[in-house]
Amino acid sequence: MANYTSASPMLGNKLSRSQHIRKEAPKQIFLLVSSALLIIYGIVFYYIPLVGWLTAFQNYQPAKGIFGSEWIGFAKFKFLFDDKTFWQDLRNTIAMGVINLVLSFVTAIGFALLLNEVRSMLAKRFIQTISYMPHFLSMIIVTAIVHDALSSEGAVNELLMSLKWVDQAIPFFSIKGYFWWIVAFTNIWKETGWNAIIYLAAITSIDPSLYEAADIDGAGRFQKMWYITLPSLKPTIIILLIINVGNVLNAGFELQYILGNDVIRSVSDTIDIYVLRWGIKQFDFSLGTAAGIFKSAVSIILVVLSNQVSKWAGEEKLF
Amino acid sequence: MKKKYSAGDIAFEVCLIIFMVLFVIITLYPVLNTIATSFNDGFDSIVNRVHLWPHKWSLDNYKTVLADKELKSAALVSVARTVIGTLLSLAVNALLAFVVSRKRFLFKRSVSLFWVITMYVNGGLIPTYLLMMKLHMLNSFWVYVIPGAVSAFNMLVMRNFMDGIPESLEESAEIDGAGYFTIFVKIISPLCKPVYATIALFVAVYQWNAWFDNMIYNRMATQYTVMQYKLMQMLQNSMASSGSVEGLRHNASHVTPNAIRAAATVVTMLPIICLYPFLQRYFVTGLTIGGVKE
Repeated sequence: MANYTSASPMLGNKLSRSQHIRKEAPKQIFLLVSSALLIIYGIVFYYIPLVGWLTAFQNYQPAKGIFGSEWIGFAKFKFLFDDKTFWQDLRNTIAMGVINLVLSFVTAIGFALLLNEVRSMLAKRFIQTISYMPHFLSMIIVTAIVHDALSSEGAVNELLMSLKWVDQAIPFFSIKGYFWWIVAFTNIWKETGWNAIIYLAAITSIDPSLYEAADIDGAGRFQKMWYITLPSLKPTIIILLIINVGNVLNAGFELQYILGNDVIRSVSDTIDIYVLRWGIKQFDFSLGTAAGIFKSAVSIILVVLSNQVSKWAGEEKLF
Repeated sequence: MKKKYSAGDIAFEVCLIIFMVLFVIITLYPVLNTIATSFNDGFDSIVNRVHLWPHKWSLDNYKTVLADKELKSAALVSVARTVIGTLLSLAVNALLAFVVSRKRFLFKRSVSLFWVITMYVNGGLIPTYLLMMKLHMLNSFWVYVIPGAVSAFNMLVMRNFMDGIPESLEESAEIDGAGYFTIFVKIISPLCKPVYATIALFVAVYQWNAWFDNMIYNRMATQYTVMQYKLMQMLQNSMASSGSVEGLRHNASHVTPNAIRAAATVVTMLPIICLYPFLQRYFVTGLTIGGVKE
């Protein structure tokens, strides 16, 4: 980081920090005022909600505020941990999060490797442009598309029936076993092309002499992909993996919220939906906050753990 | 030297082509199918399945959508939040990025740190909701654009770009008597057009696609309903009535709830589908800048 004295060499080292501030401040009024205004904004919208975490230890009532509400210690957390639905929602969140994490990595890497093998530049550009179109569509539109494709008159059932694999339409949204995979597939459909961008960027920086050497050794295209391209992506993969492990509990809200119905609620509800249901719909703000804190804590632990594991294994690390 | 292809290479090529064709079909089919359905007669869609091309052309679905007052209002709110949200967000993030990228700024490090922290910890849904309640921002338009206006991530992307602008430009302007405000507006901002475009696009897409804040904060204030939320309500209605046959009985004209929904979906995704191929350069730049330096 640049030292403030180095930017103005005439000051030398003779001025102390406070003298320096007094000398420079009048020139920097615009910078000081605008940063102060933005910091007030930041305190209000980013830091005050952190004070709101205290409500998890209270029987919070909006009319009384944080300072007037009754303190009840860990009672809300105890309720949370005794609640079967909470554990069930946690299980669903982790299951969907892990399935999404694994499948989205495999598909994005696989897609990047294969797209890299397409020789025609025109075809490559065309496929790539198509591939990340779904990323820009809203989750509502994507959910509607998935809903229509999997409905009893939808394209998937039509295909299965015309191939004679099934006799009658499968009711995809009323069978518990399918739901997690529907979520996973939807995420793959939406994000594979987008996630592949970063790998495709990393592939362009691989030293071409490696491929030339492999050519001389008589390696085929698949072998080059498998033994050169894929290993070269390892650092990128590991960094992204560490970042994304922390997101496992953010496995989703929108799809589950819209597609969930009473028949499959026991597998479709996630922690975010739990927070919403208790916090906003039942007005139990304290319980909602407690569940939110639990989620944040687990996410932080997961990031630190995966970072450590990666460090022990002698690989890249995030911090 | 002419290359000889082994049997393995040919098999690989064939598999590759099949995979890519399937990939393109799976990605495009649902979108094209929705577009075809939106142009097809609603009744006809139930009897004859529409695939990629309408059987019985009809603009009735679009006429119904465009005549709907609620949908019109929702579209206006969506446009308003996208325009205002993007401009506001661009202005404040650019200003903040400018401030923390000044090498001589006295509190450069502490101000940067203050904002970087916000990337890693946040209060979560309920404390944020309570804050909005205290600030009287429930049931208001401003809840869409003010709370997320400054984003540390977007600010960092801009700062990284500004860090790359030579300091000598700023110094020579200073000798001419320019203050920091003039430097920001006249010197730095014109050079930052590419990164401003990137951030503006990120924010605009986010704003256009957002609906959660609508559901949480403005559920009761129907005058502030956005397009995406309207679409979600239509989707939930068609799930509840499960199947369009039910809806048909009450409907004398040739439109069905599903056909209207298809038309509304097309209207909602049209701006994005039309624009994104031209914007991809900016998105990719933004992604790589953010990814490398973050």
